[in-house]
Amino acid sequence: MRLVAENLAGGRGGEILFSGLNFALSGTEALMITGPNGAGKSTLLRIIAGLLEKTEGHIRLDGAPAGFENVDAACHYLGHLNAMKPVLTVEENLRFWQLFHGIAHITVAEALERVQLGDIGHLPFAYLSTGQKRRASIARLLISYRPVWLLDEPTAGLDKTSEEQFAGLMRDHLKGGGIVIAATHLPLGLDNPQELVMGGNGHVRTRRWEARS
Amino acid sequence: MSEAVSKAGRWIDLANPTRFINFAGIVLPWLAGITLLVLAAGLWMSFQAPDDYQQGSTVKIMFIHVPFAWLSMMCYTIMSISAIGTLVWRHPLADVSAKAAAPIGAAFTALALITGSLWGKPMWGTWWVWDARLTSVFVLFLMYLGIIALTRAMDDPAKSTKATAILTLVGFINIPIIKFSVDWWNTLHQPASVIRMGGPTIHPSLLWPLLVMAIGFTLLFFTLHMMAMRNEIWRRRVVAMRRIAARSAERRGTQ
Amino acid sequence: MLSLFLRDTRLGLRAGGGMLVGILFFLAIIAVVPFGVGPDLKLLGRIGPAMLWIGALLATLLGLDRLFQADRDDGSLDLLVMASERYMLALTVLVKCLAHWTTSVLPLVVASPLLGLFMNMQPSAIGATTLTLLVGTPAITLIGAVGAAVAVALPRGGLLVSVIILPLTIPVLIFGVSAAYGAVEDPAPFVAPFLILIAITLFFTVIGPLAAAAALKSSAD
Repeated sequence: MRLVAENLAGGRGGEILFSGLNFALSGTEALMITGPNGAGKSTLLRIIAGLLEKTEGHIRLDGAPAGFENVDAACHYLGHLNAMKPVLTVEENLRFWQLFHGIAHITVAEALERVQLGDIGHLPFAYLSTGQKRRASIARLLISYRPVWLLDEPTAGLDKTSEEQFAGLMRDHLKGGGIVIAATHLPLGLDNPQELVMGGNGHVRTRRWEARS
Repeated sequence: MSEAVSKAGRWIDLANPTRFINFAGIVLPWLAGITLLVLAAGLWMSFQAPDDYQQGSTVKIMFIHVPFAWLSMMCYTIMSISAIGTLVWRHPLADVSAKAAAPIGAAFTALALITGSLWGKPMWGTWWVWDARLTSVFVLFLMYLGIIALTRAMDDPAKSTKATAILTLVGFINIPIIKFSVDWWNTLHQPASVIRMGGPTIHPSLLWPLLVMAIGFTLLFFTLHMMAMRNEIWRRRVVAMRRIAARSAERRGTQ
Repeated sequence: MLSLFLRDTRLGLRAGGGMLVGILFFLAIIAVVPFGVGPDLKLLGRIGPAMLWIGALLATLLGLDRLFQADRDDGSLDLLVMASERYMLALTVLVKCLAHWTTSVLPLVVASPLLGLFMNMQPSAIGATTLTLLVGTPAITLIGAVGAAVAVALPRGGLLVSVIILPLTIPVLIFGVSAAYGAVEDPAPFVAPFLILIAITLFFTVIGPLAAAAALKSSAD
């Protein structure tokens, strides 16, 4: 499996934020997107997720497992917002997303255990603290299988311990042949990820990618 | 240290409601028993009462209709007093009392309207007329529902308390105005159709069952109100305990 | 898809009494009519079906702006749009509309016979109005979905949704009211406008979700 982006350009509100962007990731590889605010990190992620139209270029998934031929269908997207309903309990929220996304991977209880929320799955989502909400949202990535994880500032609101636990979850996903693309300011504790530095003004360079090829 | 202080503060806050729950636990069985006895007696007396020579047996609806109508107004008065309690004395139970009374008041008002139109159908030939009295009771019913909607729309009791209290008081001031304007509006259009029972001309054989029923339903109201208040306190405790559970899970997670 | 329906119904029942507010609004609209036109029972009985229809129409519009806005505010909408490979987005919209109708509009239909009594309507008129409301209000919700989808990106789209939608719902109102009157007044036909009303609902069952899905897809940012 190989996620390839060729000559990608994108922007918001008619303004081009980046262009001529190329990268290729095979299974087990991670890509970190770094750069200052407004450089287009979130825009790039949303373009890969199919939520925004790209200005030009192609994204494709070569040799994808059956059912994931289309890039949108192969992605989990974890945005700034948690996509959880405050009045429903954590379990109700997660069970809904599992049924809706299909392709169940692990059970809701197991996923909550993995993000250290095993005890409080029965509480309404509104009662959780910011970090707990984020972790519940991360559990959503685990309950349904998707080969590609798109993460936008995934560790926002997490403390040190939770960050490390989340790094462990990402490493497991990579080990299983998955792909992680994360927009972040902080190192995520991954082994040797590629890094895509977006500099604003449409300037983009890939750091470790060039070194390796 | 600071945690110990805050915990002590919480216990003092809870002291009053806790005492209330203990008190309610003792009083409620007695109150409920007396209510049942008085209501049973009232019902028996109502069935013994003679039929009205004009209205026939439909007059018996009055024995439940009139208490419902009285209580619909009494309940709003209690809510207004509770609202003053919330705003002026900041009594922790006043808000609970107002919130618990609203659905009961709405139910009594609805029952007054329903029994009234059951009586009105054979008497007036229609389920409903926009008579001054009926209209103002209907407006009262709408206000109850509005207050319930407001308390339910805000899940944080701390926020909804004052807003609800203010709305209740504005409603209390407004009800006489509504009543007055409706009277005026109605007489302007239909002066002849104001139909109501002459209060003082009522015969003692009908008056006694009515009074007993009124006392019985008033007791019923207080029983229900106390139970609803207890439920509301328990509901708030469940919310508080859920928050504590979420926080303590966090502490365990980071250790 | 069933899970989405169940989730939205559950939210509709649990979240802050939105259902109660809709019924209350309907009740209030009907309650102010006699103050406006006077307590003449004959007149009220005559305009009753029309007033019930207008009241139900306005009460239906009341909660529509939250149809997609709530999902957008917490990020769920992105995931619903992304799943369009598995489920056609129009189908997702249709299911959301059905859940919204069940929780916020069906109670209005259930309450309408009671309000018919307040308006001194004949039993046949009450029955006909309730039936036409049952058949016609889904069309209002489905047309409303288009407005809600178009206005989803606006910070305060609430009022705008109503203003956009109101003119589009006029055909529903016309045929709903004329079918209701057709059941009561002899020369007027009942079946023809009623069938047209059903046709309008079925038509918008297809067009509404497709248009709303297109609007949602393009509104993502």
